[in-house]
Amino acid sequence: MKKLLVAVSCALSLAASGAMAKDWKEIKIAVDVPYEPFEYKNPDGTLTGFEVDLGNAVCKDIGAKCEWIPQAWDGIIPGLLARKYDAIMSSMSITEERAEKVLFSEGYYNTPSAWFGKADQKSLDVTSEAALKGKTVGVQRGTLQDNYVSENFGDVVDIKRYTTADDLVLDLKGGRLDLVFLDYPVGEQTIIDDAAYAVIGGNVKVGQGVGVAFRKRDTDLAEKFNASLKKLKNDGTYDAIMNKYFKYDIKI
Amino acid sequence: MFEQLTNLLDQNQIFNTSTLLTYWDGFVVTCQLVFISLVIGLVFSVPLAVLRTSSRKWISGPIWFYTYIFRGTPLLVQLYVIYYGVIFINGIQESIFWPLAKNALYPTLLAFTLNTAAYTTEILRGAIIATPRGEIEAAKAYGMSRFVTIKRILLPSAFRRALPAYSNEVIFMLHASSIASVVTIVDLTGAARDVYSKYYAPFEAFFFVAMLYLLLTFLIIYVFKQLEKNMLAHLRPLS
Repeated sequence: MKKLLVAVSCALSLAASGAMAKDWKEIKIAVDVPYEPFEYKNPDGTLTGFEVDLGNAVCKDIGAKCEWIPQAWDGIIPGLLARKYDAIMSSMSITEERAEKVLFSEGYYNTPSAWFGKADQKSLDVTSEAALKGKTVGVQRGTLQDNYVSENFGDVVDIKRYTTADDLVLDLKGGRLDLVFLDYPVGEQTIIDDAAYAVIGGNVKVGQGVGVAFRKRDTDLAEKFNASLKKLKNDGTYDAIMNKYFKYDIKI
Repeated sequence: MFEQLTNLLDQNQIFNTSTLLTYWDGFVVTCQLVFISLVIGLVFSVPLAVLRTSSRKWISGPIWFYTYIFRGTPLLVQLYVIYYGVIFINGIQESIFWPLAKNALYPTLLAFTLNTAAYTTEILRGAIIATPRGEIEAAKAYGMSRFVTIKRILLPSAFRRALPAYSNEVIFMLHASSIASVVTIVDLTGAARDVYSKYYAPFEAFFFVAMLYLLLTFLIIYVFKQLEKNMLAHLRPLS
């Protein structure tokens, strides 16, 4: 009798856990806080931010209960693989190296990059090689922006590579650089606060953006997220959340 | 032959032809930077070292101040101050000096030259004051003027005594030149940084560049050993 009871309860619990994994009624999402404005804590201790709002909207859409797990960045992928949580929504850029370990959703945001320079260059066509010919352009070494300029204009412009964005901005304002190609939020804070400088041309999206990371075998969950993100991007929910936190477009 | 070599290199993920060309360009820049700053530095340091030994405080004092400032602060800091400092000089962008200041190479050369001149001045000064008094007295007895004494007696023997210490300074300068890469100059270290950021292979990128520096160092040591053999022959122990 006792043996039977154990066997039955084991079977039940197995069935229960199996059912939970399939239905995804509860999803644990890891997030490295704070990273404003993507994720941070309100004064009352509740989590908020662009990614938290977006994640909650996705969970509501797919009818799941979401729990946010704060997790330091260093251990965020090992924690996912060890099943401490089921997904990561923490501004993780999609890269080939990471894609070998985790499964990424479609990108859900990409902060734009832009050309910055003296305001009198505003009419410069930064998409044409001819217009950029002979310019001295500053980029941060090894960034997506560096790759973009090197690949598209490497033959016609003189590329100066900097280790930090601060040195780059200093040389732009000192007159050593004609243009810089930077992550837009960085340039917004450090360059165009000075009225003599402006964004040249439109924003440029480089790279694949930021995606939700899942375990490789949880393709069903990734599909649910992808379908839901697509829906939210189209029905205006995404835009409403984005406009709450950003003055510029990060949608992809 | 050349094509075969290119094909062979292209199979190597990191050290392909374009990477090696990056390293070669960096090698040339490093050699230029070090050579030019050493030559100009040496030219300036000879009169400075002689004046530094003057017994008149108003002559030796300012030179003492200069060498202590430049030997007492890190070269990296001097480079930052000069490189970022020149752009804050009022009206520099409209002046004729702007093409020089705008290019990263010239402020860097200036910093390196001032630095090596300070060290070389002190090396030479040490060699000058170590001149045996008898040699100077003999020169006086022959009726040589002060200038002729310096030219014929003081400097030739001081150069010989300074040679081993100066070879160290040349090697230090080669190694210190790697900081030029922080002000966007693509020297050997700058090339290694570019390769590192492109392939995410820090070990290969920097190990290769370390080998190149080592090669240059051995070359310098060899040249100075030959010089010492010739010029310090009279000091060699009999064996």
